[in-house]
Amino acid sequence: MEKSVVFNNKLLPYLLLVPQLIITFVFFYWPASQAVFQSFKREDAFGLTSEFVGLENYLTLFAQPEYYKSMLTTVIFSSLVAALSLSIALLFATQADKNLKAAGTYKTLMIWPYAVAPAVAGVLWIFMFHPSLGTLARPLRWMNFDWNPLLNGNHAMTLVVMAAVWKQISYNFLFFLAGLQSIPKSVLEAGAIDGAGPMRRFWTIVFPLLSPTTFFLLVVNVVYVFFDTFGIIDAVTGGGPAGATTTMVYKVFADGRLGGDLGGSAAQSVVLMVIVIALTAVQFKYIERKVQY
Amino acid sequence: MAFRQFGVAASVTVALALATPAYAATEIQWWHAMTGGNNDIVNKLAEDFNASQSDYKVVPTFKGSYPDTMNAGIAAFRAGTAPHIIQVFEVGTATMMSATGAIKPVYQLMKDANEPFDPKAYLPAITGYYSTSKGDMLSFPFNSSSTVMWINNDELKKAGIAAIPKTWPEVFDAAKKLKAAGHTTCGFSNAWASWVHIEQFSAWHNVPIGTKSNGLDGFDTVLTFNSPLHVKHLQNLIDLQKDKTYDYAGRANASENRFASGECAIFLTSSGYYATAKSTAKFDFTSAPMPYYPDAAGAPQNSIIGGASLWVMGGKKPEEYKGVAKFFTFLSDTNRQADLHQKSGYLPITKAAYEKTKADGFYEKNPVLQTPLKELTNKEPTENSRGLRFGNMVQMRDLWAEELEAALAGKKTAQEALDAAVARGNAMLRTFEKTAK
Repeated sequence: MEKSVVFNNKLLPYLLLVPQLIITFVFFYWPASQAVFQSFKREDAFGLTSEFVGLENYLTLFAQPEYYKSMLTTVIFSSLVAALSLSIALLFATQADKNLKAAGTYKTLMIWPYAVAPAVAGVLWIFMFHPSLGTLARPLRWMNFDWNPLLNGNHAMTLVVMAAVWKQISYNFLFFLAGLQSIPKSVLEAGAIDGAGPMRRFWTIVFPLLSPTTFFLLVVNVVYVFFDTFGIIDAVTGGGPAGATTTMVYKVFADGRLGGDLGGSAAQSVVLMVIVIALTAVQFKYIERKVQY
Repeated sequence: MAFRQFGVAASVTVALALATPAYAATEIQWWHAMTGGNNDIVNKLAEDFNASQSDYKVVPTFKGSYPDTMNAGIAAFRAGTAPHIIQVFEVGTATMMSATGAIKPVYQLMKDANEPFDPKAYLPAITGYYSTSKGDMLSFPFNSSSTVMWINNDELKKAGIAAIPKTWPEVFDAAKKLKAAGHTTCGFSNAWASWVHIEQFSAWHNVPIGTKSNGLDGFDTVLTFNSPLHVKHLQNLIDLQKDKTYDYAGRANASENRFASGECAIFLTSSGYYATAKSTAKFDFTSAPMPYYPDAAGAPQNSIIGGASLWVMGGKKPEEYKGVAKFFTFLSDTNRQADLHQKSGYLPITKAAYEKTKADGFYEKNPVLQTPLKELTNKEPTENSRGLRFGNMVQMRDLWAEELEAALAGKKTAQEALDAAVARGNAMLRTFEKTAK
């Protein structure tokens, strides 16, 4: 006699889904729809007057040369942060994966920076690299290097990139290490027997087998640089000098919070949201093809 | 029986204990942005007020930087949980005063609460900034300051500079001498870039920052600080930045300790820097009035104030407003004001407190603290020096600083940078005008 369990209750599956749906709705769809709604309105900071203005916020936004500049800044900032934090983390993870003494301590220390809040991370880096007070800026000055992130946009960008990369390496490191440990030793040994050197083994065996992890981290890192880095930027440069480190998300923050322009800020959030959705879609459609599961 | 009596007694005691909070002091929430020594002063004021009477209890809460505190207040208002009193820095004035309904004007508050209140008792140079054009006081000045030039006497002597420079050309000369004498990274510098080089600079030279009395007479104001004098000044700074005779030190005041560390021997910043300078500078220092261009007609005029004032939020109970009014009366007390002024370095807000400090001979011993008062009252204020009121000023200051940075980094000429600052600022003013109807 065969026994099969059939749930006849049509409602049950939906009921089971409800908690997840509520969370998705409350924490994603609802705020997102609020942002879209807000972007069509003009409101004072206190919310006392509110007026429907249609596409005006978007038109004003796209008429600002500064907005295009912030887009370019975002592209530079995100590619630098994503590329550097991924490659450095991969390097560290491959080293930590070897049989080391004190490997546990090493791994733990690598993970610590992730627990540091972005604003605190920013302040730490400011202490090190402030042109006249920073502990690491002084040696630079002795070497007659005119380090000045207060006026030199490239220096300021270097500083925020370093802080943002430093903060993200831990996270990437953790995933890469887990990915490396799941690669079967037998495959690597087979490669070694066939005469492949360590570099060859890495590029032809490890790297392709690691590609699902790399792909996942790429998506997560892009989201990180787009949304989570404004705390660092705010603490380190305040978007300056002359807007050199004003990324799109920092501009959302500056216009909305400092400027009290909620409509304009909401319009920027919507643009940003569209860009990130598009980027993620592109990543899944084109880059995922190269991933070997 | 005895047990039952005990029970009754106990329940009566409990009932009394529970009932007491109903008669307890009305709480008044006060959000502020004061750090360090000034935070202690705020807490001490609340303690003293609470000890002086039993009907009201002022509860001070630190909410972060000036912009943070203001934003916390705005967000709390939108959520219906605004505090009674909020400390807002001077540049937030236009935003606050345009929020009719969200705030309770101070003159109205004092009238409703029947508290003795004479607007003429306060220093007009200070209250003018926080009053309507009719003279109605909207917010209560708390900590006021002005820009002064801090001087490291020891280093000036070493560099062979005989007298404290008075004019900009003299400052530039002194800075070159300082640089030659070993101050290779900084001849002179300043904090609060926009405040010092645009706002105070304009008032001190009696040139407008914008039309309509710098915005005091209406939100339809247009910025005009790209005049030849402004361009000339910025061009001088650009030239001197090249070899660090002048060295830019950022938008806010994080770099103030370049003065205390001895790196910059001439440094322009708020007079409120006094308490910090006193405790950190290990050399003979003093403050001097801001420099001016001798060929500019009428300069020096008078400076304008900075700092913050206390705004009363709207929609609270009359009983609570009475407490706020009593607290303001408490703050205006002559001895208390004089004491606050002498400890913090911020300006006294009442005429009586100023006179008392003078009569006590305090300024003979501490001439440093009189510099900002002399600047503020140097001449009868004109429409260019009464104050300024621009919407979105919090972000506008950053925007102006952005353009100054572009010029100092050599990316734009002085004229291009100031034109861009004016154009971008005007666009922002028009957006504000539409919401502030």
